[in-house]
Amino acid sequence: MINWDFIVGHLNYWLFIILMMTGLYIVVARGNLVKKIVGLNIFQTSVFMFYISIGKVTGGTAPIYPVNRQGDIEYDPTIIYSNPLPHVLILTAIVVGIATTSLALALIIRIREEYDTIEEEDILRIEREMSAQDNKEHGSAMGGRA
Amino acid sequence: MSVVETQHAAKTLMDHLPVLQVVIPLISAPLIVLLGNRKLAFAIAFAASATAFIIASLLLAQVTDGSVISYHIGGWAPPLGIEYRIDALSALVLMLISGIATVVLPYAYTSIKFEIPKRHHTLFYALYMLCLTGLLGMVATGDAFNVFVFLEISSLSTYVLVAMGAKKDARALTAAYDYLIMGTIGATFFVIGLGLLYMATGTLNMADLAGRIADQGANRTVQAAFTFIVVGMSLKAAMYPLHHWLPNAYTYAPSAVTTFLAATATKAAIYVLLRFMFSVFNPAFHFEDWTLYLIFIPFALLAMFAASFVAVFQTNLKRMLAFSSIAQIGYMLLGIAMLNATGLSASIVYLVNHGITKATLFMGTGAMVMYSGSAFFDNLNGLGRKMPLTGAAMVAGGLSLIGVPGTAGFISKWVLVQAAFENGWWIIAVLIMLSSLLAVIYVWRMFEVLYLTAPDEDCTATDPPLPILIPMLILAGACIWFGFDTELTLGSARVAADGLLAGSAGLIVE
Amino acid sequence: MHHHLILRVVTKMLVGTIILFAFYVQFHGDFSPGGGFQAGVIMAVAFIIYGIVFGLQKAKQVFPEWLVHKLVALGVLIYAATGVASLLLGYNFLDYGAFNPGHPIYGQHWGIFAVELGVGITVTGVMVAIYYAFAGRPPPMKDEDW
Repeated sequence: MINWDFIVGHLNYWLFIILMMTGLYIVVARGNLVKKIVGLNIFQTSVFMFYISIGKVTGGTAPIYPVNRQGDIEYDPTIIYSNPLPHVLILTAIVVGIATTSLALALIIRIREEYDTIEEEDILRIEREMSAQDNKEHGSAMGGRA
Repeated sequence: MSVVETQHAAKTLMDHLPVLQVVIPLISAPLIVLLGNRKLAFAIAFAASATAFIIASLLLAQVTDGSVISYHIGGWAPPLGIEYRIDALSALVLMLISGIATVVLPYAYTSIKFEIPKRHHTLFYALYMLCLTGLLGMVATGDAFNVFVFLEISSLSTYVLVAMGAKKDARALTAAYDYLIMGTIGATFFVIGLGLLYMATGTLNMADLAGRIADQGANRTVQAAFTFIVVGMSLKAAMYPLHHWLPNAYTYAPSAVTTFLAATATKAAIYVLLRFMFSVFNPAFHFEDWTLYLIFIPFALLAMFAASFVAVFQTNLKRMLAFSSIAQIGYMLLGIAMLNATGLSASIVYLVNHGITKATLFMGTGAMVMYSGSAFFDNLNGLGRKMPLTGAAMVAGGLSLIGVPGTAGFISKWVLVQAAFENGWWIIAVLIMLSSLLAVIYVWRMFEVLYLTAPDEDCTATDPPLPILIPMLILAGACIWFGFDTELTLGSARVAADGLLAGSAGLIVE
Repeated sequence: MHHHLILRVVTKMLVGTIILFAFYVQFHGDFSPGGGFQAGVIMAVAFIIYGIVFGLQKAKQVFPEWLVHKLVALGVLIYAATGVASLLLGYNFLDYGAFNPGHPIYGQHWGIFAVELGVGITVTGVMVAIYYAFAGRPPPMKDEDW
């Protein structure tokens, strides 16, 4: 028997997990460095959405106290407010995400200048050749990359 | 902050130490960029990190009796406000991080001239200070989300610092990229864990979290949170199967960066792991001892053997030391997993001693690379004879890495073995000694190359200039000193371990 | 892009308005949604759109690269200096009550004003710096070669 209440009641978690897994899969499975970053972004965004969804309080409104004409706060205990804290936290996390993305893209540009490719397979092949070269020069007896 | 006007008691500088610890390096970074002068940049960075070191020592002096300092940012009281919380453990780690940062800076001033293009020098210092800020913040804060923010500050600057090695070897770029992907996944896992914890408890203050988790006991949300946090932090700490980013990052980063990172970055992650395992979650939380026994111990043992074994077969000294770092992290995790006071103090003292030891070794390697051009063994032939003081420092570091009596490394391994016997785990004690034999092999290879092979005939290497020599000898001296005088390291570690086991970072939960 | 007359004229008209709006979001942030992050991005958009339409060189004449980098640092410094100022007045770090001990709420006002100004400056700087960094690199190969 399928418990529909459970499935529908946890909709935000399902979506969060699907997005998160999509992102993680892209990071692991794609060979293109830019696509990996896209995956990483989706992965991070899923966490943002998770945080924002847990800040929602049923029937809640924006957490701003109403102010009267004199500019004094009119506290009304009947109004339900949503929780603003997760949003604030996620604002920070979004900024971190932007920093990470732009840093990653900058690294990719430099990698492309040095390796002339942004495909992981090609880069790995070039690096294997480099370490094979190193090993040949510096005493090959001792293994290579671990 | 209540609206009610209260008489405010003015605070003295001593009251502000916990926040100054983080703020002084933080201010120095933009100041360096604003002034944009290379010599001035070094002076500011050095002054800031030396001040941070002094502050950390003052803090440690205040908390060695097991007390806790709590500082409220913005005057907002916890659990609502952000709190900086200093106890013996955090003060000790703060001291390690700021101390290493101070010692590495004069070395960096000389060594980056060879390794980083000139126009990047001021930015190097700014990033270095940002990285220091992040690491210090991770350790000083008592707010779980703040840990994430500082973690990312330190990580992002670390990625750039690693990538600065690209002038010498383009592989620094891919190493930084790998580190970025892994590090971001780790940090994001950590945030997911925090989100789940927040969902279950409605708070982010560590001490408050501990109380509320203790109240509601284990449920699936809390267990999931625990898993995410442990996996995320293990990634940052390079616990064995999650270590893939480490060897390349350490090998190709500029040597000053490697020295700083090897001694501090993974240690800060281990600190966070300790903090969450013992201060936030309770060891009595059943899920946790399963995690420790069934996951940490096997992987720690695997790390000790597999990583040491791989280290034996490296052709590059820097890479060899990087693999040895992974193995050493295994020992620290083993100490945590023993779940007794001796094991914990072993872990903590290991963290400090290994930080000093690895800094010595990487610094010595860096000094040699300045003459040889690379860290490959065949380029280092006989350099120990040509550079007697550098060689001596490397010998001190190497012996400490093995754990020869009379060095810092011996103390940490000795306490670890004691802890194993305390639990009756004599097999583990034997395994610790066996894996140390592997360390003997790889350290011996280093000695052999440095002393027992003939140097190239046209080799002009001599001991490096004083700005490099003095920090190196200070660190090498510390390797020996802490082998005899264990008052500071082991003494504080024992206080810290008792504090951790007593529950929530000194917070009394009735 | 000198033949896109309409684009150029419209951009010239827009840039001023965007900057004005950025200032509004910046300084009205404590009464309405807004603040340093949003204002900084909006401000940066003004320079970026100018750069896209009139070319990077023109944008760099208006807002030179060295200035951008200094602004990034300046903003952080303003933020930290606010904290240190409250500290020197004998209060905790970032305790805005320090700026008006008689009336802490007004103190909060000034504290947040200074901090948000710092955030706004830094975000403007960072966004423009990212744009300059990515747009300023000559492509290593032509578009057709991809």
